[in-house]
Amino acid sequence: MKEKFNITTSTCVPLPLENVDTDQIIPARFLKATTKEGFGDNLFRDWRYDKQGNPIETFVLNNPTYSGKILVAGKNFGSGSSREHAAWAIAGYGFRIVVSSFFADIFKNNALNNFVLPVVVSDKFLAELFASIKEDAKTEVEVDLPNQTITNKATGKSEQFQINAYKKHCLMNGLDDIDYLLSNKDKIEAWESK
Amino acid sequence: MKTLFDKIWDAHVVSTVEDGPTQLYIDRLYCHEVTSPQAFSGMRDRGLKCFRPEKIFCIPDHNIPTLNQDKEIVDPISRNQVAALDKNAKDFGLTYFGMGHKKNGIIHVVGPENGLTLPGMTIVCGDSHTSTHGAMGAIAFGIGTSEVEMVMASQCVLQSRPKTMRITVDGKLGKGVNAKDIALYIIAKMTTGGATGYFVEYAGEAVRDLTMEGRLTLCNLSIEMGARGGMIAPDEKTIEYIKGREYAPKGEAWEKAVEYWKTLKSDSDAEFDKEITFKAEDIEPMITYGTNPGMGLGISSNIPTIESVPEAGRISYAKSLEYMGFKAGDSMLGKKIDYVFLGSCTNGRIEDFREFASFVKGKKKAANVVAWLVPGSWAVDQQIREEGLDKILNEAGFELRQPGCSACLAMNEDKVPAGKYAVSTSNRNFEGRQGPGARTLLASPLVAAAAAVTGEITDPRVLMA
Repeated sequence: MKEKFNITTSTCVPLPLENVDTDQIIPARFLKATTKEGFGDNLFRDWRYDKQGNPIETFVLNNPTYSGKILVAGKNFGSGSSREHAAWAIAGYGFRIVVSSFFADIFKNNALNNFVLPVVVSDKFLAELFASIKEDAKTEVEVDLPNQTITNKATGKSEQFQINAYKKHCLMNGLDDIDYLLSNKDKIEAWESK
Repeated sequence: MKTLFDKIWDAHVVSTVEDGPTQLYIDRLYCHEVTSPQAFSGMRDRGLKCFRPEKIFCIPDHNIPTLNQDKEIVDPISRNQVAALDKNAKDFGLTYFGMGHKKNGIIHVVGPENGLTLPGMTIVCGDSHTSTHGAMGAIAFGIGTSEVEMVMASQCVLQSRPKTMRITVDGKLGKGVNAKDIALYIIAKMTTGGATGYFVEYAGEAVRDLTMEGRLTLCNLSIEMGARGGMIAPDEKTIEYIKGREYAPKGEAWEKAVEYWKTLKSDSDAEFDKEITFKAEDIEPMITYGTNPGMGLGISSNIPTIESVPEAGRISYAKSLEYMGFKAGDSMLGKKIDYVFLGSCTNGRIEDFREFASFVKGKKKAANVVAWLVPGSWAVDQQIREEGLDKILNEAGFELRQPGCSACLAMNEDKVPAGKYAVSTSNRNFEGRQGPGARTLLASPLVAAAAAVTGEITDPRVLMA
């Protein structure tokens, strides 16, 4: 899972719904596993499969026209439950980047901790990107983490996106927070003895 | 000129990463069985022990059945997940209140009632409703499993400092209106993402007037508008609530703690990044009609028209009403319902059962309604019996089940069937939350009680003496 980030260029899977909560990303009844594997199979389970387990053709993940490493979603993606299983499901399915105009806080942290990059774009950029993908499903997007830019290759338009320098360093070097915290134990003990 | 949030946060900063997050010391980590197993595995893979095991408390709640807790859990996958917490708590030397233990219950109910949650603390759990504990005057927030592992390994998390928001509710609440209605009203005004990036302090007369149980309900729902957490400054009511509870400080330590807790309030000249004020008198009993907690309205109102929704949100809005089987413009009153759920970390406390019981006393459960009444903990169950509420409930045709998260998220057997309507005192009305295809209407214990006895959505004020 710790594949280092640099520049990613990919086609996209569009999900133009707002307030997609983590109960939709991975329903509670699939949270009973004790490992991180296999959640990708149940990503968006109840939108993706009917009660008998047959794929619902109208849902975007079942439409072969759309594929890629980038999920593009409406605003306030990942609201609700703190379940990191949502990030494991997205990573497990094969997405490396989620683009939206707004993310819920806990989801954003969980994504970053699983080397899935949440890219926040303006409402306008998002609306244009949905339009480009609708017009041509092969529309590519380039996400350049070192320069913190995202480019809609269909329109040529780019935007800067924000990420704190520390998290950027972690993603580009395949490091996680525990590595950092463990190297910092003297400070913790010093704080405790205050 | 510090806010309550600033005072507690600043006191817990261990270091600040250059151009990055804060390393925050955590006083209390609560673990339940769903969001902890992968963290324990991570610890094992790295060959680590818990850095401060005495600050970690493990309580299974999500998968716990609400019948026959003296027997094995029937579902093998649920049983396995609970057994994993059992073993992990033992292997890592952590305090464990397992299924059937007299201190078992929903983690966010058990923490405050045992004095484990105290003012001035930083508290985390792999659960978004950790915001509940903020009612005691603590910084409490939900985290992911990777972060649970961080706390196990170092008793710290790395977090960006959130912005601060104060929500003031002035004035007195009307008859039949309680903490749940305040919360659903605020969330409806703020929308489901409206407080994202902020930590909220609730203030004002209507908030101060709430009981501790009411305050826990209000703070519990902070996450439903996206807030990182919610908190209320401790006062005499808070101190009175904590006094004598098992894990609360005693003797000299108590005196010292109380002295410190009294300093935990926002200074009069403290500045918040955002200030919002509501009037208590504008709030009526609330109910939700859609598929996120922001889709709520006063019980006598009609469902908004599609034209009133901003254009980018209309596909989602139409999808939501279709799922619920409602039409824009419909009245909520008089809609038939099938299930009633009283319980959860939102409304599973003694006051919620008192309210429900006081309403149904002398009335009868509607024949078409299936009602699940699930105390938030064994301690709540015991108090229900001590106060004789169980008899009132039984006479009205209701039965108590055993404590756990239950139908709030339907990880156990308590699932609302597809297409059925449930008036639920829980916290989320997301698609499928109470079972695949289930339709959830969030409301207060009083509105739930009124629905339970009439079989339809009813304004409880009409039937109140």
